[in-house]
Amino acid sequence: MSEAWEPRIVAFFCNWCTYTAADLAGVSRLKYAPNLRTIRVMCSGRVDPQFVLEAFARGADGVLIGGCHPGDCHYISGNYKCLRRFKMLRRLVRDMGIEEGRLRLEWIAASEGEKLKNVVNEMVAHVRALGPLRLNQKFAEWDEEMNQLEHAVGEAQKAKEPVHA
Amino acid sequence: MTGIPNTDGNGRRGAAGEEIRIGFYVCHCGMNIASLVDVAAVAKEAAKLPHVIVSREYKYMCSDPGQEFIMQDIRENRLNRIVVAACSPNLHESTFRGAVARGGINPYFFQMVNIREHGSWVHTDAAAATAKAIDQVRAAVARVAKHRPLERRRMEVNQAVLIVGGGIAGITAALNLADAGKKVYLVEREPTIGGHMAKYDKTFPTLDCAACILTPKMSAVREHPNITLWTYSEVTKVDGHVGKFKVTVRRKPRYIDEETCVGCLECISACVFKTPKFEDEFNEGLGKRKPIYIPFPQAVPPLVTIDPETCLKFKTGKCKSPCETVCDRKAVDFSQTEKTEEIEVGAVIVATGFKAFDVTRLPIYGYGLYDNVYTALEVERMVTSSGPTGGEITLRDGRVPKSIGIIHCVGSRDKKTNRWCSRVCCMYSLKLAHLLREHTGADVYQFYIDMRCPGKGYDEFYERMLDEGVQMIRGRAAEVTDWTMSPEEEGKLVVRVEDTLAAYVRRIPVDMVVLSTGMEPAVGADEIRRMFNISCSTEGFFLEKHPKLAPVETATAGVFIAGCCQGPKDIPDTVAQAGAAAAQALALIDKGYVEMEPNTSYIDPDDCSGCKSCIPLCPYHAIAFDEGSKKAVINEALCTGCGTCVASCPSGSISQNLFEDDQIFSEIEEVLSHV
Repeated sequence: MSEAWEPRIVAFFCNWCTYTAADLAGVSRLKYAPNLRTIRVMCSGRVDPQFVLEAFARGADGVLIGGCHPGDCHYISGNYKCLRRFKMLRRLVRDMGIEEGRLRLEWIAASEGEKLKNVVNEMVAHVRALGPLRLNQKFAEWDEEMNQLEHAVGEAQKAKEPVHA
Repeated sequence: MTGIPNTDGNGRRGAAGEEIRIGFYVCHCGMNIASLVDVAAVAKEAAKLPHVIVSREYKYMCSDPGQEFIMQDIRENRLNRIVVAACSPNLHESTFRGAVARGGINPYFFQMVNIREHGSWVHTDAAAATAKAIDQVRAAVARVAKHRPLERRRMEVNQAVLIVGGGIAGITAALNLADAGKKVYLVEREPTIGGHMAKYDKTFPTLDCAACILTPKMSAVREHPNITLWTYSEVTKVDGHVGKFKVTVRRKPRYIDEETCVGCLECISACVFKTPKFEDEFNEGLGKRKPIYIPFPQAVPPLVTIDPETCLKFKTGKCKSPCETVCDRKAVDFSQTEKTEEIEVGAVIVATGFKAFDVTRLPIYGYGLYDNVYTALEVERMVTSSGPTGGEITLRDGRVPKSIGIIHCVGSRDKKTNRWCSRVCCMYSLKLAHLLREHTGADVYQFYIDMRCPGKGYDEFYERMLDEGVQMIRGRAAEVTDWTMSPEEEGKLVVRVEDTLAAYVRRIPVDMVVLSTGMEPAVGADEIRRMFNISCSTEGFFLEKHPKLAPVETATAGVFIAGCCQGPKDIPDTVAQAGAAAAQALALIDKGYVEMEPNTSYIDPDDCSGCKSCIPLCPYHAIAFDEGSKKAVINEALCTGCGTCVASCPSGSISQNLFEDDQIFSEIEEVLSHV
């Protein structure tokens, strides 16, 4: 990418609350940053931790999960299950060296277009301040390092091998 | 995963072996999208994507010619996948699926991209909005290539309807449905139906008597063979889904046998309390009632109720209970206990009404501090001939008021309390002005911000009140005080107000102040909406599916809303909305079946390890463990398609139709492919 870096945030929105809130933000003509790429799921409970990891691995600078407020889930309790996974996932992501704030779970009700706007703008500003994550490029760099290391170790071992006459 | 068939059940094309041929369409939506998103660039980019055979732009894709494009292209270009970039799928997904099906391919070989609500309407930078649209289109094109043909499921629908709330909305809906031959359960929290309307004296703008038009309807409810009326009852639990809701209703004991009581009211006269002593809720506390009471003479059902909080039999156990002995039908039953009823219904109409604004939240108006400050509902009871004062307007100090000030927008259009306009207060304030003048001949002042009288005959009524001599003072009343500054203010309440038309601060001395309270969501609305899975707006009123096109539907299929639970409205609008809700419920159940979206989950038995971790996750108990094969099995009829089990399966053996892992992974890959 030649032009200036822009944060890229992948969003998983539940159909009933947060996706609808985003529709409402649209109908209300609220303005927010264009850095979001939304993927619609029926329930935040459908958000597999692998989706989040995949998004980071493919170069997302942030991942936003949006679900219904506790007690308001269209499917009774899918959002709680999402929350449980999220808590585990947040630790995992932190341990991978990904800063807090790049992964967010927000409860945004269908009527909260304003909250959606604020959350998106806030998150984009925060991720912009953190700078690019570029895990996809780092993976390539790490692979390269590993290759070089393997190569070096191989060379060293070769050198150590006794030379038979 | 099972192999993909060449055609779906209806012989529509769309197959595994077949070459994927995608048609892409981007909508201008007039200028709604095209004014910001470069639609030509989107179409050009889409044309370069794999499998895209046709890429077009058009002014209005949802119009007939727009849909015709899709159908024609399917036939002429042998397309078998369609992507439309336009508005929200919540608006037009079903429209385009219909077009796709009419074109001859399975309607689920379709994906919609939202570039209006999530694009042109929320962004300001054209290049960024276009880039975003292209990314999302790329994801949709990648995803649709992985779609499989799906069929909607048909489920039988129970022919009964539950109506929650027995105000004018619930009554209207119940009668409409019952007249159509459907079984109706009407559940009301209070001892009688009638709701707020039963408390009013006259209705604006025609000034016809509320009781005269309401009570015949209440009696009709009681007598209708298709209506089961449960008053003094509350819904406590709701399970199931559209077509088959399982509802639990708690029936509070009224300590009177409903079957035998004929409503002769002998028991009330016999009560050991010779005079009524306890606050009468129906009369807004202006009157008194005994522990054994009937809310008002025309209550439906015409049954007395014993209040255990005040009845001596319950409080001390020492009452001789003359009510019991005087009843020749032996209807008084102190041993009655709470009952629970379980019913199954196909649809639900929620009509739980409103609560009047609590005026103690605005102490500047002196309610509770000065005796002669009343709420509009209290005055409504006072002017009623069957009310606590028999229609006499006597103040709490016994005087008849010679001047009355009516303060508008108490708890409405006020940033400190409620932002919204309650819509009815201007009109009912004018009505009360008329009635108060009629009863007392007093001078009436209206303190208003704006007069809002839109409605049939409403503005004419306003003109009429001006002609009758009602004084109009434009300005929000600042306070009500008894601090006098001149002899003519002695012994009166003074309303301080900035008269914004005369441009100075005035002090108006009056004998009586009426606070025109706004409408708020009903007490318990929050529990109701959670039980029935209804969203609410930030102020707490129930949210309709679409503000214009689906005003009585909710996001939960089979649950409809009517009346003030959806937002403040007057009686004509409430009745119209209740009729609409009844018609929608009828349309739903009368067909006999509902079609369910096919986005259910399924388990691949070859991969299932039988770990059972998915089973407790399903809130609908749709997953069972098959002891024979030692595998989990999903009951498609119970699955609602949330996909929570899919994300949890450790062996990855559960998939969700339309939200398959590979479909979502391809979306992730494509939205990030340019990073």
